[in-house]
Amino acid sequence: MPTVSMTVNGKAVSHDVEARTLLVEYLRQNCALTGTHVGCDTSQCGACVVHVDGESIKACTLLAVQAEGAEVTTIEGLAKNGELHPMQAAFKEHHGLQCGFCTPGMVMSAVDLLQKNSDPSEEEIRDWLEGNICRCTGYHNIVKAIQAAAQDSRS
Amino acid sequence: MYAFNYHRPSSLEDAKQALSSAEDGKIVAGGMTLIPTMKQRLASPSDLIDLGGIAGLKGVSEEGGKLVIGAMTPHAAVAASDLVKNKIPALAALAEGIGDPQVRNRGTIGGSIANADPAADYPAGLVGLGATVKTAKREIPADDFFTGLFETALEDDELVISVAFPIPEKAGYAKFANPASRYAIVGVMVSSGPAGTRVAVTGAGPSVFRVSEMETALEGNWSPDAVKGLSVSAGNLNGDLHASAEYRAHLVGVMAARAVKAAG
Amino acid sequence: MPDGTGIGSPLKRKEDVRFLTGKGRYTDDFNRQGQAHAYFLRSPYPHARIDGIDTAAAASAPGVVAVFTGKDLETDNVGSLPCGWVVTDRNGEPHKAPPHFPLARDKVRYVGDHVAVVIAETYTQAKDAAELIEVDYAELPHNVDTAKALDAEQMHDDAPGNLCYDWELGDEAAIDEALSKAHHVTKFDLINNRLIPNAMEPRAAIGDYDPGLEEYTLYTTSQNPHVARLVLCAFVLGLSEAKLRVTAPDVGGGFGSKIFIYAEETVCTWASKKVDRPVKWTAERNESFLSDAHGRDHVTKAQLGLDENGKFLALKVETMASMGAYLSTFASCVPTYLYATLLAGQYTTPSIYANVKAVFTNTAPVDAYRGAGRPEATYVVERIVEVAARETGIDPAELRKRNFIADDAFPYQTPVALTYDSGQYGLAMDKALEMIDYKGFAARKAESENHGKLRGIGLSAYIEACGIAPSAVVGSLGAGVGLWESAQVRFNATGTVSVFTGSHSHGQGHETTFSQVVSEALGIPVENVEIVHGDTGRVPMGMGTYGSRSLAVGGSAIVRACDKIIEKGKKIAAHLMEASVDDIEYEAGTFRVAGTDKEKAMAEIAFTAYVPHNYPEGLEPGLDETAFYDPLNFTYPAGTHIAEVEVDPDTGEVEIVDWVAVDDFGKIVNPMIVEGQVHGGIAQGVGQALLENCVYDSESGQLTTGSYMDYTMPRADDLPSFRIDTTETPCPHNPLGVKGCGEAGAIAAPAALMNAITNALGREIEMPATCEKVWRACQGSAKQAAE
Repeated sequence: MPTVSMTVNGKAVSHDVEARTLLVEYLRQNCALTGTHVGCDTSQCGACVVHVDGESIKACTLLAVQAEGAEVTTIEGLAKNGELHPMQAAFKEHHGLQCGFCTPGMVMSAVDLLQKNSDPSEEEIRDWLEGNICRCTGYHNIVKAIQAAAQDSRS
Repeated sequence: MYAFNYHRPSSLEDAKQALSSAEDGKIVAGGMTLIPTMKQRLASPSDLIDLGGIAGLKGVSEEGGKLVIGAMTPHAAVAASDLVKNKIPALAALAEGIGDPQVRNRGTIGGSIANADPAADYPAGLVGLGATVKTAKREIPADDFFTGLFETALEDDELVISVAFPIPEKAGYAKFANPASRYAIVGVMVSSGPAGTRVAVTGAGPSVFRVSEMETALEGNWSPDAVKGLSVSAGNLNGDLHASAEYRAHLVGVMAARAVKAAG
Repeated sequence: MPDGTGIGSPLKRKEDVRFLTGKGRYTDDFNRQGQAHAYFLRSPYPHARIDGIDTAAAASAPGVVAVFTGKDLETDNVGSLPCGWVVTDRNGEPHKAPPHFPLARDKVRYVGDHVAVVIAETYTQAKDAAELIEVDYAELPHNVDTAKALDAEQMHDDAPGNLCYDWELGDEAAIDEALSKAHHVTKFDLINNRLIPNAMEPRAAIGDYDPGLEEYTLYTTSQNPHVARLVLCAFVLGLSEAKLRVTAPDVGGGFGSKIFIYAEETVCTWASKKVDRPVKWTAERNESFLSDAHGRDHVTKAQLGLDENGKFLALKVETMASMGAYLSTFASCVPTYLYATLLAGQYTTPSIYANVKAVFTNTAPVDAYRGAGRPEATYVVERIVEVAARETGIDPAELRKRNFIADDAFPYQTPVALTYDSGQYGLAMDKALEMIDYKGFAARKAESENHGKLRGIGLSAYIEACGIAPSAVVGSLGAGVGLWESAQVRFNATGTVSVFTGSHSHGQGHETTFSQVVSEALGIPVENVEIVHGDTGRVPMGMGTYGSRSLAVGGSAIVRACDKIIEKGKKIAAHLMEASVDDIEYEAGTFRVAGTDKEKAMAEIAFTAYVPHNYPEGLEPGLDETAFYDPLNFTYPAGTHIAEVEVDPDTGEVEIVDWVAVDDFGKIVNPMIVEGQVHGGIAQGVGQALLENCVYDSESGQLTTGSYMDYTMPRADDLPSFRIDTTETPCPHNPLGVKGCGEAGAIAAPAALMNAITNALGREIEMPATCEKVWRACQGSAKQAAE
C-alpha cells in the first residue's frame, strides 16, 4: 500500500492507503474530517470541494496519492481562532444554507471565486456555481451571501 | 473503483516505460473523465500512470507565431492566460466554458484531447483553429488527430506534449450545453486566418467534424447571416434524451452564427 | 426577551455554525466500533423471476463477513415493508398491497430492486464480492409506462391488471350532467412528469446490535425516526419498540424521500445481530436514483365546464397514477387524499369529480415528494383554468378572480371533502399582479419581440392542505397512524430549557424557529433553549416532518407544553408570593400577583421546582411537561405566483426573467427562514417544469436518467432571483396561527411557469419544457403562421 503524505489544514498527515482511495475518502476516513461530503458519483454536485494548493477542486475526483505533498484546506480549516471566515459568516447572515450538506463545498467554491474575482456580478456568481448543486435554497440566498462577502472583502 | 498500481513518473521516458510494462496501463492527466469512469467501474486499468509529476508539460507560450499550450495545462490556466486572451480570445472563452470551475482547475488540454469525448469542447477548438498536436515522436495536424468516437491517431504508448495553435485573424466559439452534464450538445468553433476558414463542430456527431459548406459561405461573407440558414444533415448526428439528431443539426447552424458573431 | 429573537423576527439560525464549519453530523459521518460495510446487489432487469442465487464465491471473497438473500430474511421471519395507508376503492374494497420484501424472494420488479446484501470488512470488498454473486434470472415482459400499465404483464399475483386501486371522489353522473349543460367545456390532458427527489445527502444507515442489552440502534437518514421505529418493530422485524432506538442525526434534505421505510435500513438493522457487528451502508448517488422513492408520475384527463360569465360549474378529473413496483410507505394516499381533495383550488366550483387509478409499473416505488399530490392538483387546476381563459378570451387573472372563494365565505366547505379555514385569495393575487406590473406586460412583450424573443406570463393561484389532520379524520380515510405531534418542554434547574420534539429538521431550521416559539412563550433568551429532535432514545414520541406540518402541528404541541409549564409555574409562584393561584398573571417570563408589584421570574420558579424547599403542598416537584397536539383541521396556505419568461425561438431556450410570489402562510415566526423555504420550493417547481424528468427506457426498462449526467438538476445559472412577499391571514385553529410554508413553492411553480411558457409559445407542450420541445413548438407555430 502506498504511503501518502500531505498537509491538511496546516497539519502534516501521513497514512498508508490503497492507491484507489479518493482524496475525499482519505479526508473523511483517515483524517476524520467529515465536513467534506460526497453527494454524487459523477463529479458534479460539488459537496466535496476542497482547496488543493490554494485552488478549489473536487475531492471525489482526485486520488489521495495524487495529492502527495499538497497543501489541502477543508471546510474545517477555514475558520481561524474560532472566528468564522467572512464567507462562512456571510452564509450565516444571509441564510445561504438549509440542510447544510452542500454547504462545505459551496463555501469552499465561493472562497475560490473571490480569490479570482473580487467583484463578481450575479451572473458570474451563478456561472461559477455550476459545479455545486444545492437542493434546498434555490441558490437565491447563496448568491446573496457571496455578493455580500465580496462587498465586505472590498470595503 | 477496482484496485490498480499507481505510478508517478518524473520524466516522459519513465512514463512511457511504465506504460509499456503495464498489463493494461492508463495515463492520467487531470483525471476528470478517467477517475469518474473508474469510480463507476466502467474502466479497470491495471496501472495508472500519473503525468502530474513531470515538469515542463504545463504552460502557455508563443513560439514561431503560434500559441503553444503544454499538455498538462489546466483549462483554468488557459482561460486565465493573458497571452491566450490576447492572441486567441475564442480559445480562452472555450476553456472558460469547459465543465465547472473545479473541473477547469484540474482538467487538462492533453487529457481532454487524448480522451476525445465526442461532446468535449477542445476537439472543436483544435480543429476549428487548425492546431497541431505535438507528441514525443511527431506532430499531428488536428484534422488527422480525432479519428472517431473516443478514438485518436495516438499510438498506444504515444503521449501528447503540447498543442500549437496558429493565431487566427478572427475566431469565435459558441456552445449549446447539455442542461444536465454541461458537455456540448453542439459546440462550434469558427476561425479565419493562416489555417484558412474553418468551422468545426463538436457534440453533434460521433467525433468533431468540419462543415465545408459553411466554410465556403464564410469565405465569401464573414457574417452570422452567411451561416445562419445553413445546417448540416441530421443523418450522421447523435440523438439522445436531450437532443435529437434533427435538433442538433439545426443547432449547428445557430451556434455557427453565434460563433461568427462572437468572433466579430 | 431580547429584541430581534421573538416570533416574527428574522433570527439567524442557531444550527448554522456547525454546518458552516464542517461539524454537522450526518449518518455517514458516524462510525461504530467494529463496523462492517454493506453493499446491495440490485436487479439489472425490470422484471424477472429469480431461479437461483449462488453466493458461494462471494461469501469466500476477501474480507467478506456474510452474504444474505431474501431466503435468509424469510427464514428469520423478516416481514414485508408495509404501506401505512389503506385506500378503499370505488367498490368498497381495500387497495392491493402486494408483499414488498426487503430482499426479493422470487421475483425482481424494477431495475434497482434488492437481490442480496454483501457484508464485508470494507465497502470496496463488499462491492467487489457482489460481482461474484451469480443470479439465475428468467426475464419477464415488463412495462415502465403508467398509461399502459393496465394491459401489461401482471407483476403481482394479487393485483390483476396491475391495478392497485380504482378510486373515486364525487358523483360521476352528476358531473357529466353538469358538463353537458355548461356553456363552454375546456378539455385538457396532461402528464405530470415523474421526478427523482435528490436530497443532496444520499440515504444511509448503520444498524448496531448490543447483544448484552439485546437492543438495536439504527442511525438513519430519516424525516421521522419514530415512525421508522414503529414500522420496523411492529410490521417488519417483530421487535419490541423498547428494543430499537432510531436516531436520525443531521439529515441533508429529505423532500419526502426520507419519510419512507426502505429495504436498506431494515437489512442493516437485522444483519447487525446476524453478524454481531455494526453494519453500515451509504448510498452511492446512482443508488439514490434507482431506489429512492420517486415522485409524481400522473397521466390525467380533465374537463372544466364554465357558464357564459366564466363561472366554473364543474370539474372532472381522471388520473392514472403510478405506484412503481411496490407500494411505498404512504404511496396510496398521495394521488387520492392529498390530490383529489385539492381540486377545488381557490375556486367556488360547485361540483367536482375525480377518478384515480393507481397502477403498478416496473419502476422504483413512487411516493410523496415535496408537495405530494398537491402540486399535481394545482397543476391540473391552474393549467386548465389558464387554458379556459385562453379559450374564452377572458383575461386569466380576471377569470380566476371571478371564481375565487370570497373573503367572507370562510369556513368554506369544498365539494371535495375539505373545509378551508381562512383565506384572502384576491388580496394575494392583486399584490402579485402589482409587483410584476401585470398591466405593463404587453409593452414588455413588444420589446422582447423587437429583439427576436417570445415573451410569456403565467399565473398560478395555488392552494394546499398542510399539517395533515385530524387523526380521527385521517383514520377514517385509511391512515394507519395518528397524525398528532408531541413535545416535551423541560425546564432545567438553572433556567435553561430543553425541548424534545417529534418533528425533525433536515434543513428547515427547527432549532431556530422552535427556540423562538419557546423563547416567546416562556420569556427566556433563545440561547437558553435547546431543541432536541431526531432520536427515539431522547424524544418521547413523534410523527416527524413532512407535509409542511412541523410548525403548525409540532410547534403547536410545543406551545401547549409551554402552557402546561406556565400553569404549573403559577401554582409555585402563588405559593412563593402567598397569593391565590387565580390571582397570578403570567407575561413574558414573569409571574405577578394581579394588581400588586409582587412578581417572580420564571427562572426562580424553575429553580424552586427542582429545589422544592418552600413548595406548594401536594404538588410534584420538577418543571417538565409533555403535550400531544392533534389539530382540528388541515391548514390552508395559498397564494399567487407569477412567472415571466423569454423564449429564444432559435434554440428553444427559456429564460425566467421575473418571478413574483405572494404567499399567505398565516402568522410567520421567522421570515428569513420562510423566504428560504419559498425559494427552495420554487426552484424544485421550476426544476419540474423546465428541467427534471425521470425517464425509463421502454425497451430495456433501464433508468435512462440515472445520474446527474442525464437527470437535470436545477443549478444556480438556471434560476433567477425571486421576488417574494406575503399576506397574513392567520390560521384560526392552531395556537400560533401558522399554516406551513415548506411545499408552497413546489406546488405553485410548475403551473405558473408552464402557463408563462405556453403563453409565449401560443401552444401547449408537456413538462419539462426542454429546449428541444420549446424549439419544436416554435417551429410548429412558425409553420402554422406561414400556412
